[in-house]
Amino acid sequence: MSEALVPHVAIVTEIRTETPDVKTFRLEAKDGGKLFEHMPGQCAMLSIPGIGEGMFSITSSPTQGDFKECSIKRCGLLTEALHALEVGDEITIRGPLGKPFPVDTEFKGKNLLFIAGGIGVAPLHSVINYCRAHREDYGTIDILYGSRSMDDLVDFKEMKEEWEPEDGLNLYLTIDRPQEGWEGHVDFVPTYLKELAFAPDKVAIICGPPIMIKFVLANLLEMGFEKTQVYTTLELKMKCGIGKCGRCNIGTKYVCKDGPVFRFDEIDELPNEY
Amino acid sequence: MKKIALSKLNELFAAIAKDTELHLPVNFKGETVFKKWTEGDNYAKDSLKTVKSPKDLFFPQNENISNFRKEGNKFIIDPVELPKSGIVVFGVRGCDEQSFRVLDNVFLAEPVDTFYEARRKNSVIITAACTKPSESCFCKTFGIDPTDPAGDVTTWIVDDNMFFAVKTEKGEAFLAKYADIFTEAEEDDTYRVENVKYLANQIFAKLPLADLTTEGWGGDKTDEKFDDPKWQDLSTACLGCGTCTFVCPTCQCYDIRDYNTGNQIQRSRCWDSCMYKDFTMCAHGTARPTQKERYRQRFMHKLVYYPANNDGMFSCVGCGRCVDKCPVQTNIVKVIKAFGGDKK
Repeated sequence: MSEALVPHVAIVTEIRTETPDVKTFRLEAKDGGKLFEHMPGQCAMLSIPGIGEGMFSITSSPTQGDFKECSIKRCGLLTEALHALEVGDEITIRGPLGKPFPVDTEFKGKNLLFIAGGIGVAPLHSVINYCRAHREDYGTIDILYGSRSMDDLVDFKEMKEEWEPEDGLNLYLTIDRPQEGWEGHVDFVPTYLKELAFAPDKVAIICGPPIMIKFVLANLLEMGFEKTQVYTTLELKMKCGIGKCGRCNIGTKYVCKDGPVFRFDEIDELPNEY
Repeated sequence: MKKIALSKLNELFAAIAKDTELHLPVNFKGETVFKKWTEGDNYAKDSLKTVKSPKDLFFPQNENISNFRKEGNKFIIDPVELPKSGIVVFGVRGCDEQSFRVLDNVFLAEPVDTFYEARRKNSVIITAACTKPSESCFCKTFGIDPTDPAGDVTTWIVDDNMFFAVKTEKGEAFLAKYADIFTEAEEDDTYRVENVKYLANQIFAKLPLADLTTEGWGGDKTDEKFDDPKWQDLSTACLGCGTCTFVCPTCQCYDIRDYNTGNQIQRSRCWDSCMYKDFTMCAHGTARPTQKERYRQRFMHKLVYYPANNDGMFSCVGCGRCVDKCPVQTNIVKVIKAFGGDKK
């Protein structure tokens, strides 16, 4: 058996509806225990045999328990089938795949600024909860998160109830357009970022739609951040997840095994094909 | 060096086939293909290239990697047994032999592809020296000596005899196993083999692509080559049919697909092509929207990205199959030349 390509069975033990098109699935090993060890930023191949297999970032932090959680936006054949799952259903999983965020090295002792848009919060959720669990290892934690509307804010309840009350953690939420019932900020993430005028004494971790990443990066550089202080995750079509099937190749890198986490000075060395 | 009369080759093949699977080039409907030898098959000794490369002996075009059964909302994973190890591949040309090492760097790198590893492990590669190359050959550009190819054992044909030289320990053990069938070559046989090599080299020097060079290519050339406007012109004719990738001995991209047979779900992998639009298509679109980007990817991978990750080794072996088979005559030779890789 090719261990790298053959998955394990996982059981869906909890499903949370986050937004009209995002659900979070809790996955556990069939016979108890851990499916596998992972670190924030790493991914897993989830599959419904007969439908297909796809790469998803693991949204939960290893500090949260033995389970794995994935927040998944409905946008294709496989994600449609995943959204139709019920608690108790089985799927298959293989992982962990890819390199994690350097939470225990480059992030350690630093002030952290998380910037996310829409479902882009998924890979950052794991890092944020990891850092919250090892609070003494990090400085201030600023989280800027935006979505199209208040209904599209993933993890809203957890952010408001668990994250925001904590000392040294600042949560800034925004939505693209005014909406009845929303009293918070209204603007696009890059614009709000400029307004907040963070000091560049931080490590910035960003994830969201490509257009948001582009403007956020430009604004961070204008605010005095260096590219070596800014991290993101790349997303390309993947099949094998182990750097062999060729699909996620950009220049000399394979996003599935060399990424998905990249620092912007590393991205600068890649051809513009992501 | 050992030798055997050509008329006794089938005796050797029968002896090998008794112990292990033997694959060699045979003529089939006007083409030459690698085939599992069975009684009555004749080695296509005069044929230069098989239509497809022998890569599918180690990396099959289609391969079942796992099976699933669904019972209610439960899945049962039925493991697929690893393929048998230790085949003998006979009559491999120098270009194809090098392609196995190119593929090894991909499939045997961590995490190891155990399917590929099982097939490749204990396999014996017996190469055949080239004496009559074709106009589309350019293996020498990639450091291959087609008149004395690598492998576990190398063979030459001189008149009515085939000569065998051991290149590895595995090759030595192999020849020892069939020692009864061989006779020891004599001193002037060595001279005769050298003469065949010399004459072949004379022909190689006169080939139309003899001056093709990889100068200007290599792992550090991404920035210089990627945005070059020449890619647009080079790729204009490309149909995106993927023929080049399927006949290529080093192309290794694959797809993974599920198929429900009614009784079970079979997950298999099959060859895929970076020349196809679907290859990188995601829910959010693709970063390679036109044939230009896809065409560039194939050649940048072979001539820049792969060498960057593999100590300068190129992922082309100059077999010329893509030159022969491309329906619109756009190929790696044109790419290399367009960027100045021609000494002439």
